[in-house]
Amino acid sequence: MSTFLAITLSGLALGAVYFLVAAGLSLIYGLMDVLNFAHGVFLTLGGYAGWAMATRLPGALPRTAAGFLLTTAAAILGGALVAAATELLLIRPLYGRPVAQILVTIGLDLALTGLLLGAFGSDSRAIPVPAWLTGVTVLGGERAPNGDFVALGGGLLVLAALTWFLRRTRYGIIIRAGAENRAMVRALGIDVGRAFTVVFTIGGATAGLAGLLNSVVFNSALIDPTQGDQLLIFAFIVVVIGGLGSLAGSAVAALLVGLVQVYVGFYAGSGSGLAQLGNVSVVLVLAVVLLIRPRGLLGATA
Amino acid sequence: MTGARVLARLSGRAPAGPAGPDLAGPRWAGRAVLAAGVAVLALIPLASFSLGGILPGAVDVVNSAGTLQVLGLCLVFAGVALGFDLLFGFTGLLSFGQVLYFATGVYVLDIALSDWHWPVLPAVALTAAVGGALAVVLGAVSLRVRGIAFAMVTLAFAQAGYYLVEDNPHGLTGGDTGLVLDTTRLPAALVGVANTRNLYWLALAFLVVAYALVWLATESVTGRVWLAIRESERRAETLGLRPFRFKLASFVLSSLIATAGGMVYLLLVGTAAPDSVASLTVTVSVLVMVVLGGVGTRWGAILGAIVYVYLQQYLLKIAAEPSFASLPAPLRVPLSQPQFLLGALFVVFVLFAPGGIAELAARARGRVARPRREEGTGADGER
Repeated sequence: MSTFLAITLSGLALGAVYFLVAAGLSLIYGLMDVLNFAHGVFLTLGGYAGWAMATRLPGALPRTAAGFLLTTAAAILGGALVAAATELLLIRPLYGRPVAQILVTIGLDLALTGLLLGAFGSDSRAIPVPAWLTGVTVLGGERAPNGDFVALGGGLLVLAALTWFLRRTRYGIIIRAGAENRAMVRALGIDVGRAFTVVFTIGGATAGLAGLLNSVVFNSALIDPTQGDQLLIFAFIVVVIGGLGSLAGSAVAALLVGLVQVYVGFYAGSGSGLAQLGNVSVVLVLAVVLLIRPRGLLGATA
Repeated sequence: MTGARVLARLSGRAPAGPAGPDLAGPRWAGRAVLAAGVAVLALIPLASFSLGGILPGAVDVVNSAGTLQVLGLCLVFAGVALGFDLLFGFTGLLSFGQVLYFATGVYVLDIALSDWHWPVLPAVALTAAVGGALAVVLGAVSLRVRGIAFAMVTLAFAQAGYYLVEDNPHGLTGGDTGLVLDTTRLPAALVGVANTRNLYWLALAFLVVAYALVWLATESVTGRVWLAIRESERRAETLGLRPFRFKLASFVLSSLIATAGGMVYLLLVGTAAPDSVASLTVTVSVLVMVVLGGVGTRWGAILGAIVYVYLQQYLLKIAAEPSFASLPAPLRVPLSQPQFLLGALFVVFVLFAPGGIAELAARARGRVARPRREEGTGADGER
């Protein structure tokens, strides 16, 4: 395996994590017009929920595959619960006022991040995970991190599950119809409000998973209170490039952004003014996409 | 607001109706309060008494250097918040990139003075030119999209600026550690702790100029077009107006105010650090200030900024007191974090007083609170 392939793998893994974050954001935006700034803290809380579970498991259990499944379940559940509570308590009273909904998620993000900073300080916590997860596999002379494969697998699994959910289930159909024309769905006597809660919860669940995977794969299984917010900014860029509200668009854009970031970051080197070129190039991609196609790659409306 | 009224108001035939929650009471009363407020603020550096511990500075005297610096910061952010309100409150454009222009003010001036050792005036002129040019170019690109996409694009550009600063190209910005201001080329009156009062007055002058600019702009014909765009861009377009130019004008003016604020900030604080002047946190803080004070009201933005900066500093001071450590953990942990308290306060305001302090004041004066319009972010509400 050449260096190029190893970098490509890492770009795809990064893209998979971006997709997990962007999928939730995009679904929520598509149905509810809410740009969820609190998604960043959902990610972080998912990571901490995983940490809380893993550190409470007895003995060597968190270091096994079964233990990691429990850790993952805790992260997903943590993200989902916080998101559901957010929707019911903060978003619901503000239906029909999209700007106020955005503002309230900004306030929530500030408050919860502040709470995490108060509780954990700015130091990182280590999540106990199986050793193989942070190890590498040597393939044809190149070292491929195992975590990359896990992230990629997780991304693909969620993409398949969400596609099935949106195409085949009753709620999925309501969500797709609601994204297209909310008033019409309501006129047909369907409770769109419940679909809102479902979408928010799904978004929180994928965020929880993304937060854990991001910490395990890209931060040596360390979690700190501001990790999610750093990831969120790239997820926003992914959502806009892909087209707001489009799941497929998010998937394509996530891979694009992940690959561009990693390729440019690697080949530009770390000379003066170049170390952040990978990040800056993502912004340039966004600018170019919007100049050519203001509604994003696969977006229906701007 | 109906299209006919927009037209009538634009041509000046109709009496100025209630343009927003700002026009409270007779005009002369508002102006008298304004003049008195500026006078009180201008006299603060001469007040050498204590206010019984309600000040955020370490030395509990009104005109101590520490207190004056915090109050100066309040005024700087009040001006920046006012500029942001021009864009968000008066034009309906939710930008997440305001920090970029603030950081331009801080960093370009710092680089010109400290790295290149330019004299003050050329350095200031260069900074303003860079801030203006950046706003024209990036504004024109960002304004190709509307609503949330606009917010995201401005956010992305601001992040690019942050990465650039962090990267420390050619050792210009100092990267993560920041860049301390080299004061050798500055006039003596602006250097040293003893001259903090002059810097405070400079901050006040900045706020007064920013207020005058925003006031003139929002009361002009252009300002009315901004309001029309905020209410419904499509309607403004149907009336034969070209929203793009007006939106760009609002964006550039707002950005220039932020750049000027950044310059005053640099002189006041004396250092440029990426996390406190170039990160998304700054944009979010300014947004919180404007919403706390009251969106689309000039004095609301000022009040919101003063309350926000003051609370932030004061809460930190309280959390550092020894008696605080004896509180039980469930109380101590949240209360020690200004970010938590301000975030929670913000959530409460958005839920229960979306018009901010301005709305609360209007309610207290017994005026019936009108049901609030949603500030349009382009396509919202028209689907």
